[in-house]
Amino acid sequence: MATLDTASPAAAPVPATIADDPRPPRPDAQRLTVGRALGYLVMLVAAAAILLPFVWMVISSLKTNNQVFTVPVQWIPDPVVWQNYLDIWSRSQMTTWLKNTLILSVAVTSLQVITGSFAAYGFSKVRFKGRDALFLLYIGTIAVPWQSYMIPQFIMLSELGLSNTLWAIIALQTFSAFGVFLMKQFFETVPEELSEAARIDGLSEYGIWRRIMMPLSVPAIASLTLLTFVNTWNDYLGPLIYLRSPELWTIQIGLKTFISQYNAEHALIMTGSVLSVLPIAIVFLLGQRYFVQGIATTGLKG
Amino acid sequence: MSTLAADERPRPTAPAPAAPERPPARRRPGSRLALRNTLIGWSFILPNFLGFAVLTLVPVVTLFYVSFTDWNVFGVATWVGLDNVTRLVGDASFHRALLNTLYYAGVHIPLTLAASLGLALLLNRKMRGVAFFRTVAFFPYITSVVAIAVVWNMLFSPEFGPINQLLRAIGLADPPGWTTSSTWAMPAIILVSVWREMGYYMLLLLAGLQTVPAQLYEAARMDGANAWQRFLNVTLPGLRPTMFFVTVMLTIQSFKVFDLILVMTNGGPGQSTLVLSQYIFQKGFVENQFGYASTISVALFLLCISITVVQFLVNMRRDA
Repeated sequence: MATLDTASPAAAPVPATIADDPRPPRPDAQRLTVGRALGYLVMLVAAAAILLPFVWMVISSLKTNNQVFTVPVQWIPDPVVWQNYLDIWSRSQMTTWLKNTLILSVAVTSLQVITGSFAAYGFSKVRFKGRDALFLLYIGTIAVPWQSYMIPQFIMLSELGLSNTLWAIIALQTFSAFGVFLMKQFFETVPEELSEAARIDGLSEYGIWRRIMMPLSVPAIASLTLLTFVNTWNDYLGPLIYLRSPELWTIQIGLKTFISQYNAEHALIMTGSVLSVLPIAIVFLLGQRYFVQGIATTGLKG
Repeated sequence: MSTLAADERPRPTAPAPAAPERPPARRRPGSRLALRNTLIGWSFILPNFLGFAVLTLVPVVTLFYVSFTDWNVFGVATWVGLDNVTRLVGDASFHRALLNTLYYAGVHIPLTLAASLGLALLLNRKMRGVAFFRTVAFFPYITSVVAIAVVWNMLFSPEFGPINQLLRAIGLADPPGWTTSSTWAMPAIILVSVWREMGYYMLLLLAGLQTVPAQLYEAARMDGANAWQRFLNVTLPGLRPTMFFVTVMLTIQSFKVFDLILVMTNGGPGQSTLVLSQYIFQKGFVENQFGYASTISVALFLLCISITVVQFLVNMRRDA
């Protein structure tokens, strides 16, 4: 498994290096071993406590329904019931929900990366009047909770006829200040000499963005891609407000409705939850160093 | 805050040596260059800015207008002046939502800070496997609220849930009813949200811990400072910029708390976990009172902005 200690090349509000403590080891070796054992013990207990809900989720999904709540808790399912993972597809619209969520996540992520990095180039590499004020406007909206302007936004998107379409969610998620901020932070670490050389060779600003900045920014693009993807996948409020037709539901809305419909089917609900978390868990484990870099670079998540 | 300010390095855009500012004498070519740069700059920013302006700036400005109207589902707005504000002042449910939000923020912010700082200090060391534990601590933050809420609701289940089974096993005869009890529903939600968010703030604090110079620890050790004294006099002061940033983010997050509560308790039992965001949602999208919902939104907006501004001012005074 890839590890979380990675050095980010990006200029960061806080240096992104999550490397190990540079302090030299104590001379007192005896005390060190005891401290180390204690440290591991605390870490193990903490990790177990943090992961317990997920463990419970997975084991419950492998039980029959009346085995979920037993006294005492049955930690190893007996028998292991795989049936839930077959039943859920026929008893819910899981396929539709996953398809919609995937469409949204892919569309939002690609648009976010393209428009975000494009704007970031304007903010970091082109100098013009009013640029910094405009950028502050972007950053300032981070302090404004979406919940406080979701009503006028909804009124507006409804007027445009976008309510109850997937377009509403795409519009909602694509143009975040976060993407611009992350890419700008990264672009500013790329030496100006590279762009200079390219200009002398006759490349336009757009050419520099495409041929120089983008290829050099693969780590930052990866961070933005993963964070946006996960954010869109997990979004509950946007789809809740905008998507009313069941055939447009995302996995989060679908799962929530499923829970209210079958509120006594604990095992099946846990199966649905596992399936909704699984893609994110895989994406996270594959690309976790990019998550960490993205967050350390901006101090934000999506 | 220095980190958010735009970078002020001179950035020449024409094939000319880097000069700090253009000399004022050459006015004509300078202004043409400036115009060219402005056009190029805007052409880069525009695709994103259009969406940003339409979807964020316009709604934020419209919000204030809508809050002074009686806006129904059919989109007919009637100007009602301060009626909504008067109603808000006397609205018992609004008071309840405001108090609950403050309760949530007041407990959630210090607990999350303490938990994430503890985790960061624990995991900021040279040990095999530390990276694995960081991954584990961060994982709850990237999983969806719905899945998290439903699994914790089951864990909190009063009769047969594992948490109350554990509490009974350690001798608590009458464990709390958690999400079914109006006293314990909010603590249950806070517990889940601390669990969910601490890994994220831990990452920020870990990055901040790396900025504390190692020589300072050496010097403190030479002066005979013990671990606690080193924490108080080296780690905490060195971590202050990060702590500030984390507190600001955490505060905004706490005041807009919504989806976790919506799925876990839906504001209940009664109104015991009703928060501002949810009250906006209820008035706006359930009862279709867009005007009044906007007035509540303005309250939330002003609350967040003023607290952020106060935090920045306090921070500036401490810096001075």
